[in-house]
Amino acid sequence: MQLSLETAASALTVSQLTRRVRTTLESRIDGLWVAGEVSNFRVPPSGHFYFSLKDAQCQIAAVMFRSANQLLPFMPEDGMHVLAYGRVSVYEARGSLQLYVDSIEPRGQGSIQLAIEQLKQRLAAEGFFSADRKRPLPFLPEAVGIVTAATGAAIHDMLVTLRARMPALRIIVRPSSVQGKEAAPEIAAAIADLNRHGQVDVILVGRGGGSLEDLWAFNDERVARAIAASRIPVVSAVGHEVDVTVADLVADRRAPTPTGAASLVVPDRRDLLAVLTSLESTLAAGITRQIERQRDRLDGARYRLRDPRQALKALQLRIDELSERLQRAMNAGVRAARQNLEHCVERLEALSPLAVLHRGYSIARRASDNSVVRDATILEARETLHLTFDRGTAAVRVDSIQRPRRDE
Amino acid sequence: MSERIKKRKFDEGLAELQKIGTDLERGDLSLEDALSAYERGVALVRELNQRLSEAEARVELLTRNPEGELRLQPMDRGEDAE
Repeated sequence: MQLSLETAASALTVSQLTRRVRTTLESRIDGLWVAGEVSNFRVPPSGHFYFSLKDAQCQIAAVMFRSANQLLPFMPEDGMHVLAYGRVSVYEARGSLQLYVDSIEPRGQGSIQLAIEQLKQRLAAEGFFSADRKRPLPFLPEAVGIVTAATGAAIHDMLVTLRARMPALRIIVRPSSVQGKEAAPEIAAAIADLNRHGQVDVILVGRGGGSLEDLWAFNDERVARAIAASRIPVVSAVGHEVDVTVADLVADRRAPTPTGAASLVVPDRRDLLAVLTSLESTLAAGITRQIERQRDRLDGARYRLRDPRQALKALQLRIDELSERLQRAMNAGVRAARQNLEHCVERLEALSPLAVLHRGYSIARRASDNSVVRDATILEARETLHLTFDRGTAAVRVDSIQRPRRDE
Repeated sequence: MSERIKKRKFDEGLAELQKIGTDLERGDLSLEDALSAYERGVALVRELNQRLSEAEARVELLTRNPEGELRLQPMDRGEDAE
């Protein structure tokens, strides 16, 4: 287009252009829901939320003013997928596109649930749920405090159970609403009041079953902090078994129902009476045995002291008995030795050369050198030999000599 | 003696009673010690029994009056929904 003097005069200023774009946008596009991922989220001291909403291809700048965002139960974070309701417009000063957000919902879960999740993370990080913080409950409290609605099933169940288990129990009820906007601060104050009053040894906090909204007060941060700050141990009993609230996680013990809570804090009187009865029997049996044992020792001593001569006689008998045994043993030993000797002599005699003579043999010796003759061939004719018999000896002269046959 | 027992916690009294029972059963106490342990045990049983048998439960209500002060009063038994 040709630039002429007229067009130059009728040209818009930047502000005018921006304004026109803005009004056009605002009149043509109503409030709408936008789905996207939060990124670049920041909260300056003004309290306004500034962030971008993006998808895979594009992004748009967004702002949620403090007046709108202070009603939000949860805190948006980078990476969170959300649905934002708002109006598209232009931030004039920069000429940039802007989404003015009135409300945000998290995708995939309710905003209340998300708020509870974030509170749990925050409190967990502060150590409120850690097992070290849990205090033991007193075994037999003298007084029990209860924070719950003044009327209803919860207080009724707790009182009935407590009275049945331990009639001799002092109970102090600090009533409080348990649902609605005012419930959370009331419950927190009630717990603080029982601490201040200081006469109970344990506190029960709870209510009967209900929806997530009904139980909302027990997921409130103020109640959680009041339970954590309580120097008296707290047992929580909120709703049914399946409902686990933040209060349940912070409390020193959690009971599934109000009746269960009453059972936890106080033992059953009947059980304790039975234990006492059994211990009483143990004491009686123990002392009886002790006395009997002492008496036995006394009897034994008395018996021994009664007649010393009896003892002496008994000892004497014993000595006689023992010496008799000794004697018998000795005799038996000598007899055995003698028998042994006799056997030896018999064997010796059997082997003796003298026994051979008895059988008819004789021993021949040469007169010349007295050597014993075994071999006839060494003899000379007319030589003298001495013969020894079993009985007596004789001198003889060799008459003739026979040589042995070849096979001898 | 009963005053001392009362001030102590119930489960501590119970624990002492169990210890006395064990000591007596073991039988290595002298006769004098056994007898005084037995006496102490019997006194404990009596005291603990009494603690369990004391009368009616007291139920009280703790409320704040208009001045904001805490006040304790007996709770009417009809107040909780029967």
